[in-house]
Amino acid sequence: MKPLIQRYSDSDRINHWIVAIAFVLAGLSGLAMFHPAFFSLTGLFGGGAWTRTLHPYIGIVMFTAFVSMAKRFWKHNVMVPVDYEWLKLLPDVLTNREDRLPKIGKYNAGQKLLFWMLVVALPTLFVTGLIFWRAWFAEYFPIPVIRLAALLHAVAAATLITGILVHIYAAIWIKWTVGAMIRGSVTHKWAKAHHPLWYREVTGQPATPPGQE
Amino acid sequence: MSSLQSLDIKRRSATTLPSTQARETLEVAKLIDVSKCIGCKACQVACSEWNDIRGDIGTNVGVYDNPADLGPKTWTVMRYSEVEEKKGEEMAFEWLIRKDGCMHCAEPGCLKACPSPGAILQYSNGIVDFIEENCIGCGYCVAGCPFNVPRISKQDSKAYKCTLCSDRVAVGLEPACVKTCPTGAITFGSKEDMIDHAAERVVDLKERGYANAGLYNPAGVGGTHVMYVLKHADKPEIYHGLPKDPQISATVGLWKGVMKPLAMLAMGLTALTGFFHYVKVGPNDAEAHPDEPEDGNGPHVIRSSGPGQMEGKGNVNPGEQA
Ligand code: HEM
Ligand code: SF4
Ligand code: SF4
Repeated sequence: MKPLIQRYSDSDRINHWIVAIAFVLAGLSGLAMFHPAFFSLTGLFGGGAWTRTLHPYIGIVMFTAFVSMAKRFWKHNVMVPVDYEWLKLLPDVLTNREDRLPKIGKYNAGQKLLFWMLVVALPTLFVTGLIFWRAWFAEYFPIPVIRLAALLHAVAAATLITGILVHIYAAIWIKWTVGAMIRGSVTHKWAKAHHPLWYREVTGQPATPPGQE
Repeated sequence: MSSLQSLDIKRRSATTLPSTQARETLEVAKLIDVSKCIGCKACQVACSEWNDIRGDIGTNVGVYDNPADLGPKTWTVMRYSEVEEKKGEEMAFEWLIRKDGCMHCAEPGCLKACPSPGAILQYSNGIVDFIEENCIGCGYCVAGCPFNVPRISKQDSKAYKCTLCSDRVAVGLEPACVKTCPTGAITFGSKEDMIDHAAERVVDLKERGYANAGLYNPAGVGGTHVMYVLKHADKPEIYHGLPKDPQISATVGLWKGVMKPLAMLAMGLTALTGFFHYVKVGPNDAEAHPDEPEDGNGPHVIRSSGPGQMEGKGNVNPGEQA
């Protein structure tokens, strides 16, 4: 059997999926209150009052788990010059012409930008969410601040959800990526094709992306 | 509260299609003539009696306002302001007393903000009513209201405010406060009649030296169904902070206005774009690449029982086709 390359440790994966599950629940419960078209989602949480009650706690779980995940992944997501070149070749990225792209490390520029979007969005959601949380803290803030918090919370949530939709799609589109986050490992081919510099780093072997031989 | 039937509902919170429009009832209004009010609080008591609610006993904060604020069990509060204002040529001390409570706006900010369908209704007679059984307790109405009126109960997390006695009005009675007021400072009737009545009062007050007397029926919220006759209509703020030009705040307008459809569009288009990208371009599958020699030094990279086994061979990378 071909040896696999470890990409995520057990705790990395558990951490990621806590964030992901909390995101789905926070997103669905938040959307229920976001627009009447989604109000029926309150049924998933036991009705409107339950949705309103649970949502902030789920959000706090997501935020806390994200802080831990961000610490793990931070250094791998720092933008480097090659990332900007990669971004310029986005049309090739989108048409699966990976052979034309510069060699990149553990994450590509798209993944990194998503990471930094999360780094901005989650603290925003956390702080604004606390401010307009009627059950606990809203009474301590003047009404204009509450209004602003509600607006920013909704904008941050919409940005986050849109970004995560791209993230989820990318994981489906780039085959075997979901497996990497579920079982933690990837094949040599996968690593060489999508993250050649990272491949070289972890295996010590040169990686010429397939198609360039 | 609700005692009016669905045919009388003009607007409903978190509802995107129009409510019943066939029947148009008479638009009503309550007119509070501040110049006739003696601050006896009979209306506060009547409200408490009729609605059978008693605000919790608070502490004396050094003013006559009692309780000190509106609350889930206090839907109207008399506000006392001590001011010195010009009367004719001289300055005169005045005790301004205003009955505070929901204004029953024609364009209610509370209703605009509320995310729960049917938790806030506006009847065709103009009354804005909270339907507590549909309320989820989020407090958005507090953010939406330009008059700082709704209060969320700590006991049950429901929003409460003056109903304008919608239950009494539905059966042809005037609100309890109106019935009780011993000086006739509060009157109730069709909005048109109340505006006419106010005009007479304003003429009277002007004759008595209050050159700036006027009706408070702010256009910024489309007019209100609780209106005041003020001696100093040019400065409503001196009546315990009655806003001069109340409007649904621009922040709430953004939050509940353009932002929502834009966000829905962004999320919807993103999901659709992903789907059609897959339909057009297909997956990017590293395992589907034909095995290539590994630059001479990839001995353990052998095609085998990895996930690639399940792979259909039909996936040709467009990069390779080119
Ligand atoms: C970080 C901690 C979070 C806190 C403390 C929080 C708190 C809140 C609160 C208090 C509300 C008002 C309704 C209620 O009382 O339940 C709310 C609404 C909402 N939240 Fe959160 N939330 C958090 C995270 C999130 C996350 C991660 C998302 C998105 C995935 C999200 C999306 C939303 C949305 C869409 C709304 C409705 C906004 C609107 O009505 O315009 N929230 N949140
Ligand atoms: S005064 Fe406030 S609570 Fe009353 S109808 Fe207007 S917006 Fe709603
Ligand atoms: S607290 Fe109740 S009435 Fe107020 S906005 Fe929320 S659901 Fe609507």
